[in-house]
Amino acid sequence: MNLRTKFLPLFLIPLALTAQDRYMTRTGHVEFHSSTPLEDIDAENDKVTSVWDAASGALEFSMLIKAFAFEKALMQEHFNEDYMESTTFPKATFKGKLSGIGADELAKAGTYIVSVEGTITLHGVEKSVKTEGTVTVDAHGAIQATSTFPIRPEDHGIRIPGLVRTKIAEAIEVKVRMDYRKM
Amino acid sequence: MRPFLLFALASVAMIHSAHAQDDLIGQLGEEKSAPVYSTAAFKTTRVINGHSLENTGHGVLDFRINHRFGFINGGAQEFFGLDGATVRLGFDYGVTDRLMVGIGRSGFQKTVDGFAKYRFLQQCDAGCSMPVTLAVVAASSMTTLPANQVPWYSEDRMDYFTNRISYAFTVIVGRKFSDKFSFQLNPGVVHRNLVASSADANDVIHISGAGRMKLTKRIALNAEYFYVLRGQLPEHYKNSLSVGFDLETGGHVFQLHFTNSTGMFERAYITETVGDWSNGDIHFGFNISRVFTVHTPKRPKS
Repeated sequence: MNLRTKFLPLFLIPLALTAQDRYMTRTGHVEFHSSTPLEDIDAENDKVTSVWDAASGALEFSMLIKAFAFEKALMQEHFNEDYMESTTFPKATFKGKLSGIGADELAKAGTYIVSVEGTITLHGVEKSVKTEGTVTVDAHGAIQATSTFPIRPEDHGIRIPGLVRTKIAEAIEVKVRMDYRKM
Repeated sequence: MRPFLLFALASVAMIHSAHAQDDLIGQLGEEKSAPVYSTAAFKTTRVINGHSLENTGHGVLDFRINHRFGFINGGAQEFFGLDGATVRLGFDYGVTDRLMVGIGRSGFQKTVDGFAKYRFLQQCDAGCSMPVTLAVVAASSMTTLPANQVPWYSEDRMDYFTNRISYAFTVIVGRKFSDKFSFQLNPGVVHRNLVASSADANDVIHISGAGRMKLTKRIALNAEYFYVLRGQLPEHYKNSLSVGFDLETGGHVFQLHFTNSTGMFERAYITETVGDWSNGDIHFGFNISRVFTVHTPKRPKS
């Protein structure tokens, strides 16, 4: 047996290990609610991409602003044109870390409270966030991660004119639900 | 041995990069995105008098109040035109995102009109390559004036019902060139079943250009010009030129403008504009658009 065949598998093992710890989705769900006495605004996006590296805890999200669907067509147009300026800033992203769960927990069914910390880039403006979420592992090993947290438009340089100030909440509730699959 | 070493090095480098690189999504590679269509080339479905390349959204009802005061050159006696006014009230509805229909009633010649507008092509921002939006508008109007008041009245002419009807077909080819600037070219024809004299053509061929320049997020400057090919209309009819501002406030769009056209349906503003800008025959006017979401289309669940 020559050196080549002897050592080749050794180099492949770490590669395989890294890949196994990673989870991803391209159909993640993000929705938001703005609630004021005058108007409720809801929108959802079912095309969110996310990758979670369970080994390092690294977590990322990326979504197209234009993919948010509203009930009212005009709201969607205003959202893109007047507030998010989605032609200039087409994507919203998150980069950070998810902690509070390890390989042992992922191996057995259950719901685990985790904490998430990182940076949201929205409307071209970065803002660090810290929130809690849950990771649910079902009997078949399927992994779902959820979280709910507020975003304040003014933190991201989104100006809301006085005329509609009373129709848009100061803190907008964002809900995230990701059904991950192994990479 | 050499290739093996190379592989070993590459392998180690990959493991390293996989751990060190913080751009996880970047490693997935770009997915071919679903088509993303350009939106909001104009604030509303009309530039001023003419149709823009925009449609009302699916399930959206748009109530439109169009108003033209008298000619500004009426002077102080006429309070610079503000004493007189003509109105078109209309309802537009988005049957789908591509098809809209509308009806209206104008004080000008007591006319009722209706139209359908279909967007065949939509300008694409990502995931496809269509550079322009193409729409077709088919409109029809009918005057309800008493028989002896129609413009083509003469004693020995029978007042057939069909005499009162005219049609207009317009093709809209437009593009949102940037966030701020949109432009469209609209060739078209107005067919009038009956005209006043043999100097008038029944089929009036015209081409118009219309543009908008966004000044702020909620204010835009619009202009449109209808050029009627020569020799089709008597000399005293002018080409329609309108300039105005769009102001957007939530569910309303206010359009304030100056125009030399009095009527607000195709036959009137394309073939029956008598105002001459150089004489000060200019109307101040406004359109108000108020939208109501009357039906929420089901979105496909992914």
